[in-house]
Amino acid sequence: MIHSLFLINASGDIFLEKHWKSVVSRSVCDYFFEAQERASEAENVPPVIPTPHHYLLSVYRHKIFFVAVIQSEVPPLFVIEFLHRVVDTFQDYFGVCSEVMIKDNVVVVYEVLEEMLDNGFPLATESNILKELIKPPTILRTVVNTITGSTNVGDQLPTGQLSVVPWRRTGVKYTNNEAYFDVIEEIDAIIDKSGSTITAEIQGVIDACVKLTGMPDLTLSFMNPRLLDDVSFHPCVRFKRWESERILSFIPPDGNFRLLSYHVSAQNLVAIPVYIKHNISFRDSSSLGRFEITVGPKQTMGKTVEGVMVSSQMPKGVLNMTLTPSQGTHVFDPVTKLLSWDVGKINPQKLPSLKGSVSLQAGTSKPDENPTINLQFKIQQLAISGLKVNRLDMYGEKYKPFKGIKYMTKAGKFQVRT
Amino acid sequence: MSGNGLSYSEQGGEAAPELAQEAAASTTPSASAAFGLFSSGTKKNEDLKQMLESSKDSAKLDAMKRIVGIKKLVYVYLMRYAEEQQDLALLSISTFQRALKDPNQLIRASALRVLSSIRVPIIVPIMMLAIKEASSDLSPYVRKNAAHAIQKLYSLDPEQKDMLIEVIEKLLKDRSTLVAGSVVMAFEEVCPDRIDLIHKNYRKLCNLLVDVEEWGQVVIIHMLTRYARTQFVSPWKGDEVVEEYNENNFYQSDEEQKEKVQKVKNTYTMDPDHRLLLRNTKPLLQSRNAAVVMAVAQLYWHLAPKSEAGIVSKSLVRLLRSNREVQYIVLQNIATMSIQRKGMFEPYLKSFYVRSTDPTMIKTLKLDILTNLANEANISTLLREFQTYVKSQDKQFAAATIEAIGRCATNITEVTDTCLNGLVCLLSNRDEIVVAESVVVIKKLLQTQPANHGEIIKHMAKLLDNITVPVARASILWLIGEYCERVPKIAPDVLRKTAKSFTNEDDLVKLQILNLGAKLYLTNSKQTKLLTQYILNLSKYDQSYDIRDRTRFIRQLIVPNEKSGALSKYAKKIFLAQKPAPLLESPFKDRDHFQLGTLSHTLNSRATGYLELSDWPGVAPDPSVRNVDIAEVAKEWTGIRGKPKKEKPTGKFYSESEEEEGESASTSTSESESGSESEKEDKEETSSDESSGSYSSSEESSNSESDSKESTAKKTSRAAAESDSEDIKVKGISKKRSTSSSSDTDSTSSKESSSDSKSESDSKSDFVSGKSISAISSKKEETTVQDRKAPNKQDVFLLDLDDFCPVTTPMAVPAAALLSPSLTADLEGLSLSSSSVIDVATQVSMPTKTHELLHRMSGKGLAANYHFSRQPGIFGDCMVSVQVTVTNTTDQKIENIHIEEKKLPPGMRMHEFSPIECLEPAGSITVSMGIDFCDSTQTASFQLCTKDDHFNVSIQPPVGELLLPVTMSEKDFKKEQGMLTGMNETSATIAVAPQNSTRLVIIERVVKAANLGVVPSGQDNIHRFAAKTVHSGSLMLVTVELKESSTAQLVINTEKTVIGSILLRELKPVLSQG
Repeated sequence: MIHSLFLINASGDIFLEKHWKSVVSRSVCDYFFEAQERASEAENVPPVIPTPHHYLLSVYRHKIFFVAVIQSEVPPLFVIEFLHRVVDTFQDYFGVCSEVMIKDNVVVVYEVLEEMLDNGFPLATESNILKELIKPPTILRTVVNTITGSTNVGDQLPTGQLSVVPWRRTGVKYTNNEAYFDVIEEIDAIIDKSGSTITAEIQGVIDACVKLTGMPDLTLSFMNPRLLDDVSFHPCVRFKRWESERILSFIPPDGNFRLLSYHVSAQNLVAIPVYIKHNISFRDSSSLGRFEITVGPKQTMGKTVEGVMVSSQMPKGVLNMTLTPSQGTHVFDPVTKLLSWDVGKINPQKLPSLKGSVSLQAGTSKPDENPTINLQFKIQQLAISGLKVNRLDMYGEKYKPFKGIKYMTKAGKFQVRT
Repeated sequence: MSGNGLSYSEQGGEAAPELAQEAAASTTPSASAAFGLFSSGTKKNEDLKQMLESSKDSAKLDAMKRIVGIKKLVYVYLMRYAEEQQDLALLSISTFQRALKDPNQLIRASALRVLSSIRVPIIVPIMMLAIKEASSDLSPYVRKNAAHAIQKLYSLDPEQKDMLIEVIEKLLKDRSTLVAGSVVMAFEEVCPDRIDLIHKNYRKLCNLLVDVEEWGQVVIIHMLTRYARTQFVSPWKGDEVVEEYNENNFYQSDEEQKEKVQKVKNTYTMDPDHRLLLRNTKPLLQSRNAAVVMAVAQLYWHLAPKSEAGIVSKSLVRLLRSNREVQYIVLQNIATMSIQRKGMFEPYLKSFYVRSTDPTMIKTLKLDILTNLANEANISTLLREFQTYVKSQDKQFAAATIEAIGRCATNITEVTDTCLNGLVCLLSNRDEIVVAESVVVIKKLLQTQPANHGEIIKHMAKLLDNITVPVARASILWLIGEYCERVPKIAPDVLRKTAKSFTNEDDLVKLQILNLGAKLYLTNSKQTKLLTQYILNLSKYDQSYDIRDRTRFIRQLIVPNEKSGALSKYAKKIFLAQKPAPLLESPFKDRDHFQLGTLSHTLNSRATGYLELSDWPGVAPDPSVRNVDIAEVAKEWTGIRGKPKKEKPTGKFYSESEEEEGESASTSTSESESGSESEKEDKEETSSDESSGSYSSSEESSNSESDSKESTAKKTSRAAAESDSEDIKVKGISKKRSTSSSSDTDSTSSKESSSDSKSESDSKSDFVSGKSISAISSKKEETTVQDRKAPNKQDVFLLDLDDFCPVTTPMAVPAAALLSPSLTADLEGLSLSSSSVIDVATQVSMPTKTHELLHRMSGKGLAANYHFSRQPGIFGDCMVSVQVTVTNTTDQKIENIHIEEKKLPPGMRMHEFSPIECLEPAGSITVSMGIDFCDSTQTASFQLCTKDDHFNVSIQPPVGELLLPVTMSEKDFKKEQGMLTGMNETSATIAVAPQNSTRLVIIERVVKAANLGVVPSGQDNIHRFAAKTVHSGSLMLVTVELKESSTAQLVINTEKTVIGSILLRELKPVLSQG
């Protein structure tokens, strides 16, 4: 399946390579570089590139291209999904996944990659098992290793791979037993010029951080499970139980994991918590344009909207912008033509606004289209769909765990067309 | 690379140098350092050797633990360099060989893994031996590694194929979920054509699938897809009759097989094994792994009956939230699917709307899908969306959008003219790419629609003065040349102008000028002879040889001289031949011959190692091959079949048995149903009834799982003795499971499985009956489609592409100019009202029932009628639109008709019509207004005023008009209905007049009475309608189920119980009255 993996940084250097079968010369990446040149932006590099003898499948994350080399027919999503899993694992291990981090931890990286694939076929991709096999680096361990000369390789043999719950390691012990669940909902929306919603939907996830001793068996029930239209689960969730009773029953992995992601049935109208009033105009005759946007809360269920960020890709003809915000800070990058305005909290009494003028390149005609505005925001303690967790029960262990649940609503791909 | 300054200082030990070499691949390895670990290396590892050789287990284990640690590093080294340093690599072998016999399974597994990764040909026999041994290891984990090793050995030495296949065969029988994925992978790599190895394991693989790890699932699903295409008959044929000769072939064969053929002949019944596969893969659509979801989606696409394939769309759409790469692949597959089966993705249209932040490749894919999904119903919304795209800053994408508009225009004839006008507007766009693309698309459109488009051609001729893009200029010139007879006055003038500028034109344009000249010369030589000759002379000395060449060619062909051959006689025919219109179609049109979800599909070319998906066999191969033979049945299935009768079984197995039983039961029912079905359908084949009956009771030969339970029981007892040992082993595993997972799994799983089997049987019966009525329903669909067309046409005309830009355009169709402001608002409303998947449907029929608002007597000659136009949200989301027709019956003008003194109950709102300034005697005018009734039947009272008079009038809505129809699938309907039970359900039994019992009449009557959308129904006797209330958008689900003796059950499910009960009351007489 997967023959080799090359990691390529933004400046086009191959800074790491790993082969699971025979060695493939790195010159194969030349085809990739060609494709990269053809595509104007990194985002537009096609994920699948055929070469005479190999196929290059790549993912682009954290400014690094992960290029897998394969030799014969394989479902492309299989490889792509695996590569993403590799990135996730690195992130899990090192906190961030960057070129520097990978270079610093090159030994661990090789060990992890070695365990993840055997002969090109995924072997251990569960982070729990991997962490048992190869301990993630910590400062303390690095110091100890330097002194004693030992490595990060776990001194215990992993047993997780053998059990029926491969996602959980055995013999977990905590003094404080806690289970936290974060219900995070993202609103994807396209709002048109006049402020009406073209499309809006809610995508939610429940992320969990479970630190419980032993082999607990949890059940999580919702007040209104009907809201969940389409769900996908962590493998630990018992699917049949969900089908019949709409209850999440599972033996949790240890630590952080994504319990489920869901889609709220689309016939419920989505409440849009903010609105943007905009007045952007370019005049044909003069080289000046007007720019004015105001952000305000709409349906927020009485909660404050915070972490508001407005960004907009200005047309190429824009030279500079002279703007004054009523609050927050704004930046306009004349090279990328990207305007971003960090608004912060919205105070309903005094709505934040950004006003000013746009100077256009002299001689060019006015842009056809006004820029779209991308919006980010956060609302704490609110799940916009109205989803509520009813209760969390634990079976199988004697102690009483501490349970916590947090709701949050965020903007996903939230666009306002102007 | 070697100079990239990696810091290893913290890594200590001798591990670092090797890894540095691995990273810095260019340096040569210092092998001795690596093997120093085992020989004379550092002090730390000196004792290892002794420990390993010691007789004490504990010491050995310790040592091995450390070796596992060191192994990682050595292993990396060995794998990378063994091929180059074979002799040195060999030194390590004996260590691994010893470890293969270790009592610890993990050590055995690791040792096998390392050993098999050493790519040195000499050790092939050792590897083979190790694999063979490991394949019968007690630990499934070791067996899994053996499966991996098979592939490695095969790539090292393909000669071992036969021996390896033996091992694969053995491992395929393995019941462990750990092994399944890996061995199927090995199977795919080594011997994908040995489909016979799968037969006996097919059912087991299907049943294990859910528990296999995710990567294994992908591989198994792909393999089973190929398998199923060779083993089962097509579920798509419906009740097509199998050709006669097939039967002849089977005359020689034995009894059972003949029966089977007949079974196929009658109606299609799905092989239970086929059903098993579909059923067991369905839950995997919920997987978090995109590859698994895609694998299931392609399985359903290639294997499921067309009616069932729809369930995958929701999951695929979910994947669109994922990373860009995943989106790319998924969108490609959706594009292919949406060409063939639009319906699958139509409800998710809005999920494919483009965001400005999407990468271009994603944008164009989405655009392609949107175009594929376009139909009469949604085209107006789509074109509105396309307008935004055309203005995009991403010009490449804007150009693609123009092409998409062109495709829509050719596919949907109703909008061709609208699109054309819009495109003409775009011709004055500032961006050259946009203009060029528009010209090219218009050219294609005009070619496909060679109707009277003289106006547009004239307009384009005018544009020629301004447009500079060569492609566009060339296209315009070609058009004028091609249709020069339609624009006889302009064409010569254009030629004159271009002759003047000829020398400054681009080559592409020059060629077209020549072309135009030639065509005009042939059709209108009187006016253009000199001009053409002038151009020909100019081009004779052109710099480009291409143009000089063309000039010579044209001159010979058109200018008559003594040398010109026979060809010049036909010059006109050659130049002005009817040219076939270019096809505007999706780039994914031809991709469907590749299996979806494969690399080949993505690349649209055969990838190495691509395995063709075979066509369905005409007749299913003998299904009994999948039956596990008696000895094995006893071994493998005792726990399953026998137990329920003997004693309470362990949870896991109990659940399986339940499933099996459920399946066998449902199989038999479906079979009997099929029998009766066929009886109805053609009477000649009455014998089939009997045969299917005897078939289900015939025992060993029958393919189905339903070989009756007694026989299994017998077998069980017979084989009980042998099976004991196996049983214990199996139990051992299950015990391990039940201890590690909690005890409650037992009870739940049994519950689950029972519900599962129930639903299974349900769906089966659905399926069978669904088939029989397909003919009827399709007929009905036709009629509804026809119904729909009328209002849509109107919609389409309403769409104004005029607001592309203010330039005035020649209207090809005057009807498009009929646009009134209120109707623009109407369109706005369309896009407003539905952020949901369940879209507001366009109305099926227009009720013509008018109500009186003001009688002419009481209105002093002013009469007013109103009716509900059933148009969604003209004046806003919550408004019901009412059309008021005001008639003047007096003999004087009535001036300033308007509304005053609205007396509305709290919450209600009204959008009045704009005042009518003047109404001539005997004139009448229709205006529309919107009223928000707040989902109540309260009266809206107001005054209708003229210049001098006031008349109190009121509108009371029938409850059926407070609804907006929605389209949803039967499945969604059932799901929604399931959520609206109990208090939310009202029902009544009514007597139905006999003439009302046909489907068409019922639909007509119900829809006339209330603004409901018809839900396609799988059953003959159940009719479903869906709508939502205008104000609050609550669903209103109406079910009419016809019973015997002309009664019917009328059920309404809604949150708005009041409206529900009123509606029930209103619908009752509608159906019962003749």
